[in-house]
Amino acid sequence: MIRSSRRDFLKGTGALVVSFSAAGIAGRLGTGSASAQGLGRPGTRLDSWIAIGDDGRVLACTGKCELGQGLYTAQTQLIAEELVLPVNRVTLVQCDTELTPDQGTTSGARSTPTNFNRSNLALAAATAREALVRLASERLGVPAGKLEVADGVVRVAAAPSKAVSYGSLVGGRKFTIALDPNAKRRHPRDWTVLGKPVPRLDLAAMATGQFEFVHNVRLPGMLHGQVVRPPAVGATLLAVDEGSVRDVQGLVKVVAKKDFVGVVALTPWQALQAARKLKVSWTKGVGLPGQREVHEHLRRRRPTRDTLLVDSKDVDGKLAQAVTVVKATYLHPYQMHGSLGSSCAVADVQGDKATIWSPTQAVHPHRNTAAMILGLRPENVRVIFRMGSGCYGLNGAEAVSYDAALLSQAVGKPVRVQLTRKDEMAWENYGLAYVVDQRVGLDEQGQITVWDCETWSPVLGGRPGGNNPGNVVTGLLAGFEPAAFNPRSPAPDPESFNNGSNAVPSYVVGRVGTQFGGTGGVKSERVLSHAVRSPFWTGPLRSPQRLQNTFAHECFMDELAERAKADPVAYRLRHLRDPRLRNVLTTAAQAASWEARPSPGPSLSKRGIAGGRGVACVLYEGDNGYCAMVAEVEVDQDKGGVEVKRLVVALDCGPVSNPDGVRNQIEGGALQGISRALLEEVTWDDQQVTSIDWRSYKSLSLGYAAPVVESVLIDQPDAPASGAGETSITVVAAAIGNAIFDATGARVRQLPFTPERIRAALTAAARR
Amino acid sequence: MSAQSLKVNGGSHALDVDPATPLLYVLSDDLGLRGPKFGCGLAQCGSCTVLVGGRAIRSCVTPVGSVAGAEVTTLEGLGTPANPHPIQRAFIEEQAAQCGFCLNGVILTAKALLDRDPKATDEQIRQALASVLCRCFAHVRIMRAIKRYARELSA
Repeated sequence: MIRSSRRDFLKGTGALVVSFSAAGIAGRLGTGSASAQGLGRPGTRLDSWIAIGDDGRVLACTGKCELGQGLYTAQTQLIAEELVLPVNRVTLVQCDTELTPDQGTTSGARSTPTNFNRSNLALAAATAREALVRLASERLGVPAGKLEVADGVVRVAAAPSKAVSYGSLVGGRKFTIALDPNAKRRHPRDWTVLGKPVPRLDLAAMATGQFEFVHNVRLPGMLHGQVVRPPAVGATLLAVDEGSVRDVQGLVKVVAKKDFVGVVALTPWQALQAARKLKVSWTKGVGLPGQREVHEHLRRRRPTRDTLLVDSKDVDGKLAQAVTVVKATYLHPYQMHGSLGSSCAVADVQGDKATIWSPTQAVHPHRNTAAMILGLRPENVRVIFRMGSGCYGLNGAEAVSYDAALLSQAVGKPVRVQLTRKDEMAWENYGLAYVVDQRVGLDEQGQITVWDCETWSPVLGGRPGGNNPGNVVTGLLAGFEPAAFNPRSPAPDPESFNNGSNAVPSYVVGRVGTQFGGTGGVKSERVLSHAVRSPFWTGPLRSPQRLQNTFAHECFMDELAERAKADPVAYRLRHLRDPRLRNVLTTAAQAASWEARPSPGPSLSKRGIAGGRGVACVLYEGDNGYCAMVAEVEVDQDKGGVEVKRLVVALDCGPVSNPDGVRNQIEGGALQGISRALLEEVTWDDQQVTSIDWRSYKSLSLGYAAPVVESVLIDQPDAPASGAGETSITVVAAAIGNAIFDATGARVRQLPFTPERIRAALTAAARR
Repeated sequence: MSAQSLKVNGGSHALDVDPATPLLYVLSDDLGLRGPKFGCGLAQCGSCTVLVGGRAIRSCVTPVGSVAGAEVTTLEGLGTPANPHPIQRAFIEEQAAQCGFCLNGVILTAKALLDRDPKATDEQIRQALASVLCRCFAHVRIMRAIKRYARELSA
């Protein structure tokens, strides 16, 4: 997509470059794991953010990449805004270990807070503008305060004909300027480029088949690889019969390294045939817990790693004193990222040097782990980001990049690997299954006096970071262990408040020492989580753990409202302190014309179609974006089906960089949330995963009659910018679950909301 | 291997490939086209869709030998960023994508339907798209873009 090379650009006659001034600042600005761990190379560290050429062109480098969330466009807007230029004058280079700063991983809705506030990319652009204004002040002999900037030209405000362009200010000279932590950002009220619905800069190329995805990277002499994964979880390699593929046309090599097996051929079709035909003997698998008992398995599994997020030390006593104690258990399945295009990478390993074109969310950390896989020095490995199919977290991107690297190393030529659908789905790092036990005490008025929450969730591997290639399947097969599981029980007392991926319900005070980190008013609180070893790979899936926890908390909140015979919105407001969380909740309710009354609705009928509405809200991760949703559903009480008719979302993510981009994220997150709430569930037998294609792992297709998603953006120009990519999905399952209850009086506490589970809940409700 | 002749986006190509090779690999690897994509290889997701004689087919399961001589159109055969086809323009104007990987299958499937039946109902459009996936779930915008194109066809 972007061909310009930063080096070529800087080779021009003149430029103004904004860099980190010192490693100290780099660390303080939080630019990523690899440098912080000392993996960077002092002296050759990639420390420039922005260069302005003597032709007025602007080249910016970012360590946060486009994943389909619109970040490429928004970051380009950011540079254009701070430099007061049209977007088409800015070229943005994203995520290349040879060109761009190490900003760790693009994940967790953290890119906006990282690059759009008074730090990093935004601050670099503001530094550049102020430097240009200072140069103009000297050139024009007018104090900086009397100058204004527009369209890449600095003018005297009182005499606009006295003006000088950025290009001529730079002239043939070289300037290197340290990023100024005090550079003044343009205020959102003055924005002309940010805050506007600038269309996606990459969309025309995508819609016309011109866009270069990683799948489209082609190198001269490139070969094609396929991997042969074990037939069962935990199976190890016994033998590879190379003779079994001797007659496959185009076969170049069979590769086996510890438990990693793959083939390389001239064409992808030949590679696929060879992989299918290759006779490989494996040991039996380690055996898997029964699918139906998986949640009981999580609860009983030892050892555990326990974390206490809050503990007021009076929970058991308060529960004993409560007028009513309400208990419930919520269950979430393993779910997958299920990228539409299976993961793909191209690697060119020649001797002691390697270049990898990868859809990784973390080029700098990936460089280090790929070097470990290849036995090379990290500085000899270059990782270049190329966009893959939407990933929604840790899909097969890291694994396939290692696959391509290992196969390329074995043949000494560039190799492209795109996983088969099964290899993608059977071995990716799934979003976590979850068990949440809730116990809450109520007083005579139905007010919550104590909230006790205990969770169990499984973990194996995860993001490789800079040191753990064994955190994904290929790394393990190639001989690296996953990050160690460190048992710890009982949990130590918390030292500072951590929301723990929304494990802490919104309605408690979140007190640790003198700190009140929560958003609610309930003072007696305990949140204890247990991590246990997972039989499957796990990793972050859009709104990791935040969705699972929020499903449990927000559905349970409605169970409590029912006990208190209160309206679910009003009942939440009775327990919420945070004004912005209260505001999104009331805004969503108003926009949805919410009728204040307790659930279930007054005209409950036992048969046929029943309609209802539900609400849920969250402060994502406790500090990164406010969201509330109202869902309206119809439940077919005979068949157990659910139709979502309408979703109304209110979002407060601080100043909005691109309102259309945010709406796109809200809509996509809301509908992906419906798919996950109604359909998605990883399945397995006693040996292996059985959800390995789109028939065995269901996703709402484009044939789905999607509800309209109405979004209300609450602009907060004076607040810091926060994330918006993972907020709406966080509340969907809870809002739907509450709407099902409102419609039918049946509470479904296990995701996905399949017809069987809904029918079972209806039967249970009828008996109540 | 054997000689195959293929007409793609108005051009003719003589290729020496195994006729059982799925059309997708020939298009994306021999001809270097970026429109048709491997999503599942099982005809379940739509990413590999191309038009053959105006009909949307799944190139990941279509042997290249079976379309010899037929006219194959891929996404890049419709228009360019500077001069997009009206259905491509509709997707750009509606900003109907996130990661963009699904656009190939979505646009070609919808075009095949609407060129045949410009007055297709929402239900018919959804039926045509029932085995096309978008995992970013840009459904709302995608439907808007398709209907924008349908309106242009009828106007």
